[in-house]
Amino acid sequence: MDNKIAYLLRQGDNALILSQRLSELCGKGPALEEDMALTNVALDLLGQTRMWYSYAAELEGAGRDEDKLAYHRDAHDFKNCLLVEQKNGNYADTMMRQFYFDTWHYFFIGALTKCGDERIREIAEKSLKEVTYHLRRSGDLIVRMGDGTPVSHAKTQAAADQLWMYTGEFFKYDAVDEAMVAAGVAPASEPLRAQWLAHVSDIFGEATLTMPSPDAWMQKGGKQGVHSEHLGYLLAEMQFLQRAYPGSEW
Amino acid sequence: MNAAAAISTEQVWAWLAEVADPEIPVISVVDLGIVREVAVADDGACVVTITPTYSGCPAMQVIADAVTGALRERGIEQVELRTQLSPAWTTDWMSEEGKAKLKGYGIAPPAQQVIDISGLRRSASGAQDLAAGVRRGAVAKPTVVCPNCGSSHTENTSQFGSTPCKALYKCFDCREPFDYFKCH
Repeated sequence: MDNKIAYLLRQGDNALILSQRLSELCGKGPALEEDMALTNVALDLLGQTRMWYSYAAELEGAGRDEDKLAYHRDAHDFKNCLLVEQKNGNYADTMMRQFYFDTWHYFFIGALTKCGDERIREIAEKSLKEVTYHLRRSGDLIVRMGDGTPVSHAKTQAAADQLWMYTGEFFKYDAVDEAMVAAGVAPASEPLRAQWLAHVSDIFGEATLTMPSPDAWMQKGGKQGVHSEHLGYLLAEMQFLQRAYPGSEW
Repeated sequence: MNAAAAISTEQVWAWLAEVADPEIPVISVVDLGIVREVAVADDGACVVTITPTYSGCPAMQVIADAVTGALRERGIEQVELRTQLSPAWTTDWMSEEGKAKLKGYGIAPPAQQVIDISGLRRSASGAQDLAAGVRRGAVAKPTVVCPNCGSSHTENTSQFGSTPCKALYKCFDCREPFDYFKCH
């Protein structure tokens, strides 16, 4: 597959899988305000998914559209990072996953607003304001939960530690990523990682949380289609209708 | 067909100014700044360029159908809708009239921008600008005026409201909760 198409699909997969995870909390948020926020963030991510998939499908020109890409592929075809498929867990887990992702997403999308591909630049410009809002919100909540009660602090620290090993994948570039860097599309890994670490460190400082070691061992495999067991269950629910009634439409 | 050929772009804009936003019916798609461009060809075919407010805004399809429907009703048979992402939609494009109508409807209009994209694009040191955009306390909270009593003694109660474009506030003076159309 063409590197650019593969790269676009990864971005769409990240947004779609996290959107689906957040949608699972619709009607189940810990408070009404949180419920609305989670689903609205999910909606933003779903909109961004459509922009990535549409562009990938156009370049591919093989008759697949955004719906086929979302519903007609199996787990190994999805190249999202492992972080976004992790389960919602308790609310500290949900928000820590979001905060780690939002921080990467914000600096990544920010870099893409300057990239060499006009269409990608447009998608990034459109997404940046949404992503900014997401990160401000998740950062605020991490501070409130980390610098909260002893119970909320302990749960937030546990979430930070547990999810840490899934954050290395953002910056571990493979051949597709490197080809996109060379083509002037993708931002280089190191500066992006430095920005990510600096922001996480800032927020953790205010949240009285201990940041795990940047040199810790990191999980990988999502970008290659090797996923944790959670993705299959997620897809089984998301794709149920198309699997049971192939080709059905609204 | 001759009648259609005589239609001016001004006329089309005027018609579109009557197409209500499906979620906030007091303002039109023109007030919102969703319609970016209107072109009428010599043969009467009409091309309307629209831009989405939020990437995942569920109202966009309804808006697209409403725009097409409104023009067909007026006898324009060939209507083409184009979606344009860039420049990205901003609440700055909302007309003053639209803001006044929002306020009259009980929704506080947007008071500032969430992040200035044009600045980011121009700046050579984009990385630093980006970090500043999410530093806690670095961005001044907007002064949101209560649409019911005019007090600025208000507080944000929820960062998201009934739609992606709104947040929830409450007024300490008249004690009423209200929707705020977020800056974007």
